[in-house]
Amino acid sequence: MSACDDCLRRTALVAALAPHVERARRQQRHLRELLALADDELLAAIGGERRVELQRAHSMFRASVARGHLERAGLHATCRHGDGYPSRLLHAADAPAVLHVAGDPQRLTALAHADAAAVAIVGARRASLQGLEVARGLGRGLAAAGVTVVSGMALGIDSAAHVGALEVGGPTLTVLAGGADVPYPSSKRSLYRALVGAQAAVSEMPPGMRPWRWAFPARNRTIAGLASLTIVVEATERSGSLITAEIAQQLGRAVGAVPGPVAAPRCAGTNALLRDGALVIRNAQDALDEALGIGVATALRGRCARELQSPLRALLHEVENGRDTVAALAGTPAEASGALSGLAELELLGFLRRGPGGRYTRLL
Amino acid sequence: MRRSGADPAPILHPRVVFCNAVAPSVAVVLAQATTFTIDGLVPRRIAVEVDLRRGLPAFTIVGRGDAAVRESRERVHAALLNSGFSFPQRRITVNLAPAHLRKIGPGFDLATACGVLAASEQLALEQLERWAVFGELSLSGELRLCRGALAVAEGARAAGLEGLLVPRECAREAALVDGLRVAGAASLREVAAILGGAPVPTPPDLPAGGAVAGEGEDLDLADVCGHPGAIRAVTIAAAGGHNMLLSGPPGIGKTMLARRLPTVLPALNRDEAIEVTRIHSIAGAPSSGGLIERRPLRAPHHTISPPGLVGGGSLPAPGEASLAHRGVLFLDELSEFSRCALEALRQPLEDGQVTIVRGQRRVVFPTAFQLVASTNPCPCGFAGSERCRCTPGAIARHRGRLSGPLLDRIDLLVDMQRPEAGALQSNVGASSSEVHDAVREARERQSVRLSGSGVLTNARLSSRLLREHVRAESAAHATLRRAYAEGELSARGHERVLRVARTIADLDGCPRVCAHHVREALSLRQHDARPEPGLAA
Repeated sequence: MSACDDCLRRTALVAALAPHVERARRQQRHLRELLALADDELLAAIGGERRVELQRAHSMFRASVARGHLERAGLHATCRHGDGYPSRLLHAADAPAVLHVAGDPQRLTALAHADAAAVAIVGARRASLQGLEVARGLGRGLAAAGVTVVSGMALGIDSAAHVGALEVGGPTLTVLAGGADVPYPSSKRSLYRALVGAQAAVSEMPPGMRPWRWAFPARNRTIAGLASLTIVVEATERSGSLITAEIAQQLGRAVGAVPGPVAAPRCAGTNALLRDGALVIRNAQDALDEALGIGVATALRGRCARELQSPLRALLHEVENGRDTVAALAGTPAEASGALSGLAELELLGFLRRGPGGRYTRLL
Repeated sequence: MRRSGADPAPILHPRVVFCNAVAPSVAVVLAQATTFTIDGLVPRRIAVEVDLRRGLPAFTIVGRGDAAVRESRERVHAALLNSGFSFPQRRITVNLAPAHLRKIGPGFDLATACGVLAASEQLALEQLERWAVFGELSLSGELRLCRGALAVAEGARAAGLEGLLVPRECAREAALVDGLRVAGAASLREVAAILGGAPVPTPPDLPAGGAVAGEGEDLDLADVCGHPGAIRAVTIAAAGGHNMLLSGPPGIGKTMLARRLPTVLPALNRDEAIEVTRIHSIAGAPSSGGLIERRPLRAPHHTISPPGLVGGGSLPAPGEASLAHRGVLFLDELSEFSRCALEALRQPLEDGQVTIVRGQRRVVFPTAFQLVASTNPCPCGFAGSERCRCTPGAIARHRGRLSGPLLDRIDLLVDMQRPEAGALQSNVGASSSEVHDAVREARERQSVRLSGSGVLTNARLSSRLLREHVRAESAAHATLRRAYAEGELSARGHERVLRVARTIADLDGCPRVCAHHVREALSLRQHDARPEPGLAA
């Protein structure tokens, strides 16, 4: 697994041009068109006053130095001319020249086969508890069936999908907007460590690079490009996750969305996707049927309520029907005592999770 | 009583000293009255020595007094004249001994006046020698209510004095001390009469049940509707003395609930009541209410300074934490308190007392309070519901403000939600008296089990005592182990849950902790940090 000199030079150029790309995007230039340009075209298009200087630096680029940086950062790299580059990205004109990997490079090379299954799960940073649980459940179900879960480690849905995959020890890949060795957002450092420890983080940016604004939509194109199916779990009408869905659609990949209440603004984007013909994804089984073919794999089943004793089952049923707090479940302090005890039992058995504000959510 | 220098008769009174060695023709008169000052919370005996000698009339008070003591001269002067006594036209020197102690407050007025009267032979000395006097004078000679009468009475008893003279309003409070004759007087005239041998008036009777007047009397837990879980948690908190954090959106009754906690706590026993009364008499609002039997509730505003909360000042005075001693300290909007103030609470929470050191002075205040705090779950208060508009970062920052050692001392976390519409009308909540009875029984069981261990409630069980005194069924241990293995519990959280489970078992009357006790305690635990990279933002 290695990257060729040309591709490393291209990466260095894009990194050097990062502020120019930012400016160009503010001037309504189309990001993916820019990234599809050849090196000298790109320099000509957005190089501006520093064009000559950048041109000189570009021609004097030494790949050995870049490889030294990579080695010091402990990253692996693969380029579109090398082996181990994901086959689904090969045909896109704007695909990243080099992919840097922190963690297990096997996770990325596994996607080199054209039929390697990968599903992207994206969604809102500010997601509801139910949304987070759905994302986690999808992550678990897909990863347990051997499907690589691709996401971006953002707060909310993205992280929940990664956590789900990590829980079952299945393959998952996080695509970062900064360098592959830069955990972003920093509050997800512990998740990053877990991901790099067992799985992998990839990025097209050179090591140590801080994420630029434009790098997030650029990262989204990589996420969509890596996956055969992109699932949006929760998104408002102007959510960045819809960019990922749009790119996936442009690439001719399947797009799915998890339906939500029609009145909820947090689900307006996903519901609009469904209206436009996206696949309805209710659970991991739906996603597996789409990614692998109907009936190929059976999703890991969540805990089944049938195995419970009747009072606990009744309690679980109440929670499922929206009576998700102690106050809603009990009328008197004595009843509350029983409800508290039962809820803890269900939580320990893995049926429920207590969320912020003391609301209980059914685990999938 | 004054004896001339040539008189060979024996000196009848040791306080009246004749100094013929210096100037045989000049008699020096020294009279002494005993009073007490409060140092922190401890009464210190003060001898008020009065010396009259010939010379230009002057009135000096020495002995490290504050402004109130210096001004005492004018009050004593006017009070003496207005009570029909004469003010000696001599050089009067009053010394407050021991000299190293700082003396504060107007409580020395009466002792100074008595000393001057005795020195000028207007008052018999026999009684004054065996009695302590304490009180502030008005210009007309009336006695005024003064802080700290109970502590003074305790000091007087400890000093082996026969009786204590206090302003009439304080008599009820001072009379709480057994083995001391307490006389309440309304004016300097009455004081002189009593010390002159008049019959001592009986102190006014304590009203039955002598509770402190005012707040909290008409509160009842039954007023709280739609929070069965929270009421259950309050019951547990009261039974085991556990610290509690109420979390929920604004306006749903967190404060209402917290203010009702004292109504279900067992009444103070006599020793505790005297302890509480002493602190309140010294540092609280002056009152003539007698014994405080209801557990105090203190709810300081969140702008409070660290010394205001735990005590301090250049002359250390007890803070809100000490005023909440044996009662409840309620911190509303915990996250709004300054970090310094919350950090300062660590020692009081840990040890039940706080040591204040100022210069060379070291004062210990008791702070065995039960902490009840309330907080919003996020800046807007609606976390977990559709209404919440907070960013994940803002919620994380909000939580971060509460993190740390303070939360370590909080056993119970109660998430409160907006009650269902129907629950507001229905009245199925438990009344304070029912809960109070259950709590009392649970406390009795604890005190039997924990007798000899030095702690009274489950909340104070250390790791060692927890191992010694808490027996649990194997199913209960299994439940705990499972929660621990699932990453639901930290090691500290494990102990907190076991303490709370013990209290729940006590409420049940169960000698051993069962699995369902542990499960209920688990539901009331704090959200510990999970080892897995969390979903929680």
